[in-house]
Amino acid sequence: MRLRSGAFAASCVAVEVIGVAIFLRGFFPTPVRSSARPEHRAETPAPEPVAGSSSNWTKLPPPLFSKVVIVLIDALRDDFVFGSKGVKYMPYTTYLIEKGASHSFVAEAKPPTVTMPRIKALMTGSLPGFVDLIRNLNSPALLEDNVIGQAKAAGKRMIFYGDETWVKLFPKHFVEYDGTTSFFVSDYIEAQADLCEFKASHYLGLDHIGHISGPSSPLIGHKLNEMDSILMKIHTSLLSKERETLSPSLLVLCSDHGMSETGSHGASSTEEVSTPLILISSAFERRPGDIRHPKHVQQTDLAATLAIGLGLPIPKDNVGSLLFPVIEGKSMREQLRFLHLNTLQLSKLLQENIPSYEKDPGFEQFKMAERLHGNWVKLHLEENHSDILLGLGTKVLRQYLGALKTLSLSLSTQVAQYDIYSMVIGTVVVLEVLTLLLISIPHVLCRKAELDIALLSPVFSLLFYLIFLVLTAIHVVVCTSSESSCYFCSFPWLAAGGVMVLVSALLCAILSALARMVIDGTLLRKNAAHPNLEWSEVELLLLLGTVGHVLSLGASSFVEEEHQTWYFLVNTLCLALSQETCRSYFLRDDYGPQHHFHVEQGFEGIFACTLQDSTGYSVPKPDRAGKGIPLAEAQGGYKWWAVLASPWLVLVCCRLLRSLNQTGVQGAHRPDLSHWLTSSDHKVQLSGLAALSLLVIFMLIQRGCSPMSKVALALGLLGVFCYRAAIGNVLFPWQPDNKGISKGIIEARFVYVFILGILFMGTKDLLKSQIISADFKIKTVGFWEIYSGLVLLAALLLRPHNLPVLAFSLLIQTIMTKFIWKPLKHDAAEITVMHYWFGQAFFYFQGNSNNIATIDISAGFVGLDTYMEVPATFLTVFGTYVGPVLWASHLVHFLSSEANSGSALSRACFCYALICSVPVATYIILVTSLRYHLFIWSVFSPKLLYEGMHLLITAALCVVFTATDQTSYTRA
Amino acid sequence: MKDTDIKRLLYTNLLCIFSIFLSIFIPPFFLDNFSVLETHLIWLCTCSTFVTAVNLLLYLVVKPNVSSKRSSLSHKVTRVLKCWIYFLMSCFFLHVIFVLYGAPLIELVLETFLFAVILSTFTTVPCLCLLGPNLKAWLRVFSRNGVTSIWENSLQITTISSFVGAWLGAFPIPLDWERPWQVWPISCTLGATFGYVAGLVISPLWIYWNRKQLTYKTN
Ligand SMILES: [Zn+2]
Ligand SMILES: [Zn+2]
Repeated sequence: MRLRSGAFAASCVAVEVIGVAIFLRGFFPTPVRSSARPEHRAETPAPEPVAGSSSNWTKLPPPLFSKVVIVLIDALRDDFVFGSKGVKYMPYTTYLIEKGASHSFVAEAKPPTVTMPRIKALMTGSLPGFVDLIRNLNSPALLEDNVIGQAKAAGKRMIFYGDETWVKLFPKHFVEYDGTTSFFVSDYIEAQADLCEFKASHYLGLDHIGHISGPSSPLIGHKLNEMDSILMKIHTSLLSKERETLSPSLLVLCSDHGMSETGSHGASSTEEVSTPLILISSAFERRPGDIRHPKHVQQTDLAATLAIGLGLPIPKDNVGSLLFPVIEGKSMREQLRFLHLNTLQLSKLLQENIPSYEKDPGFEQFKMAERLHGNWVKLHLEENHSDILLGLGTKVLRQYLGALKTLSLSLSTQVAQYDIYSMVIGTVVVLEVLTLLLISIPHVLCRKAELDIALLSPVFSLLFYLIFLVLTAIHVVVCTSSESSCYFCSFPWLAAGGVMVLVSALLCAILSALARMVIDGTLLRKNAAHPNLEWSEVELLLLLGTVGHVLSLGASSFVEEEHQTWYFLVNTLCLALSQETCRSYFLRDDYGPQHHFHVEQGFEGIFACTLQDSTGYSVPKPDRAGKGIPLAEAQGGYKWWAVLASPWLVLVCCRLLRSLNQTGVQGAHRPDLSHWLTSSDHKVQLSGLAALSLLVIFMLIQRGCSPMSKVALALGLLGVFCYRAAIGNVLFPWQPDNKGISKGIIEARFVYVFILGILFMGTKDLLKSQIISADFKIKTVGFWEIYSGLVLLAALLLRPHNLPVLAFSLLIQTIMTKFIWKPLKHDAAEITVMHYWFGQAFFYFQGNSNNIATIDISAGFVGLDTYMEVPATFLTVFGTYVGPVLWASHLVHFLSSEANSGSALSRACFCYALICSVPVATYIILVTSLRYHLFIWSVFSPKLLYEGMHLLITAALCVVFTATDQTSYTRA
Repeated sequence: MKDTDIKRLLYTNLLCIFSIFLSIFIPPFFLDNFSVLETHLIWLCTCSTFVTAVNLLLYLVVKPNVSSKRSSLSHKVTRVLKCWIYFLMSCFFLHVIFVLYGAPLIELVLETFLFAVILSTFTTVPCLCLLGPNLKAWLRVFSRNGVTSIWENSLQITTISSFVGAWLGAFPIPLDWERPWQVWPISCTLGATFGYVAGLVISPLWIYWNRKQLTYKTN
């Protein structure tokens, strides 16, 4: 089988995408979910189990509390309340914990200890998996069954004050809310509090102080004191109400997550996951001397407790068990009823998520308890209270509590487990692809860009069948023996078999390539290898930089601050290029007639060196020396000073862009130009800048286009500005007071029409160049038009303050093309790597980072009335990866515009595939070995998703460009 | 090239290293609370002064480059002036490069500039001492195979290693270890210093090792 290197690379990347997808599926197990979606109809609650007959208690038990008030203090760590700080700064709370009618717990929050997932955990009782973060990127509203949704369905009145996250999660749930972040006064609540049955307030102040000055700052004490007095106010007002209504209310003091020693949160250190949970109610009466130490519980346990407390059904996805002390004061029958409800819900969830649920010890315990419970109820209904009944009841109770604990544990570990088998399969595929690519480097780069893969020879087909059989056997053994459910085993047999075929085929291909290499190697040695193995500075930098970047991914800080790595590398690249231009220029000087002396010296030097080239001392490379000559020849075409100045110009551009968007973790809070521009006071400046950028974009793009697309481009760019003006981002100069803000649907669609038009024209030109005789000019124009269509789409999707990024990107591309790549005659591989580096740098210039939060979702709504998943996802992905995509398409145009390109495009495709798959493969291994690292969820996992997405885009680019290249090749 | 030459090179290089040690150990006698990390700027100044002084001393005493035939006073004065201008220009040039690399533009100007000064001290000053303010000669030395003596060879190695040291010194800055030496520009200045010292140590050894293969044109 003969393949061009481009097609070979494209298929390799495509296979790699499959491998990464399998790996990701194993690495991010889906959270346990109830398959029954919350349809808020009155579902009949499970009746009380009775042996023999049916129970007379089929309704849900009545609420325990007439009113529930939640006071959530963001980033309140457990020792702020239970430790010495609590004694010092929170006297009232300490009094309540030690002597008052309260139950206190240390609730463990599961990572990621970030506010939104934690609120979800508190209100749904489920553990939001990592996948939830991405799935809910576009619709922040909480879709899962939760306490607040249930309360709303039950017609309870609810009020919320504080952090906006709640309002986003639960839109239209609260009769009254104030989503402001700064709010102190509790009088507000009291005015409205009379009628409502559920009240929540979320205080952010402590978290802010923590982020700014850390947990040991004196400001923390002040804040705690303030919180204590707020709690006291709320509690006393509750108590006074209680005296009127005579029914107990519940006050919950809790926190979403703790605070690390540096004042941040997100990871899984003890300080971050330990939060206080204090339940205060007059129902929890306490005899003097009754010392209650805070017990360790899970944060998810609150949801079930709240549901029971409010007389609501327990949320379906809940994995927590209700806090038993809350119902301790109730009658035995009620206690058992509550526990039964909770256990039943958990066992249902278990049934839906684990195929072998019947073997689960928790489930067995539950069945046992249910049977005992039924007997107990029967006895209870027959004869009235006796000691035997009480003893039996306690036994059932203990059985239930045990079942709850086991069920809850097995459900929550279900989330946290890695599916190692799928991960291994994915890693094997990715590594095989990488090895194949690496093995074929010498073949592609040194000789003609063609590969033949000997898959069909009899030896290899035999080997292939053997490996395939072995793998299938392993698969069967693994999937039948392991009791845990594993994603890859749930694959249909055909798909799993397909992956096995892939794995064994790749292995055979590697082996055949290796065998061929050995044969070739011996041949090569006979033919006396070329001595020309020296590297120029730029080549060395490109290689070392790539390797260094890949290695840096093992450190969490380097992942967080990856933009710094790329900026650093790109800057160094510019300096190296500057050195090369200087050398090239001065070499020209040396060969000039007026420096006769130098020439002599130079030749002597070369001569002397060739005599002793066995030293490590530098031997001038013939082709490098040759590089100086075109510069001299082209003195008319390229002004030498422009060549010398261009790396510096690029450096200046990069510096300007760097200060546009601060990104990463350390620098994210620093003031930057984009904040200044987007503030409402600077709308005029922003409009000017956007208009200027659009103008620059037009000037730079139009030169390669056909007249038709020139007009379309101009109108499209004008449309972009109109769109931004319509949605109120920028101002029209002739319309100072904007008339109401619209969604700009018409304007955006107007631009879409032109984008499609330009893309269509480009495709038409490409097709024409395939059919009509070798007019390679048309092909170049076609590529350029596709490229300009993408630029126009990018201009539409990027926010106005990011338009300079696009303009500078085009400017740098123009400068590099004109003054560096063409005069210095870099080869295709070098140019590809440089494009890749710049593409990566522009990914970060645009304000992206390796954090999910920096994705600009607004791009997905441009020109769409409602949220439509497919176009919105496509637009968001394109908007995020504008940098890499544009640089890659520029690469294609640039290489195809070289008249003698030959196989350059194919070779470039191979290089691009290789350079993208090396970081992915390395990163997969790194992440697997770091899977118990502290920052695995907060730092490494998001980066893994970014890498996966990047690989997908690379695969798409490779396939598309190989397709265009392939057709032209077959014609030629 | 004789072994005595290499020996002389070794001694001069050791003297340069010694001057860096002096800059660490002498100031505490005169200043309270002197330490390289905490009073970093003062150390930068002293280090730069000491290294420059030693380089000048070596230039005056050893004179590896006996080229000054005419030595009228005015010629000398213009030469010194030119050296000064070159040195200042190299400081500003490096400063600009640091800013392009992402050093803050307005804050920490003094720190950035002193970093530029110390890096120029490690690179430009030896060049000025050995080659004089002669750009052609500089280009010759730093182009491939343009070296004509072990002194120039050593100069090439120390200069490149100082730059590489400063470059590598930027690596720890993004790490979250929160060490005092991770602050801009301390890690870079320390990297440059280590690079310089390493260059000084390596160059005689390297030349000694390769003495058989190295031949320089004697003009
Ligand atoms: Zn929070
Ligand atoms: Zn926070």
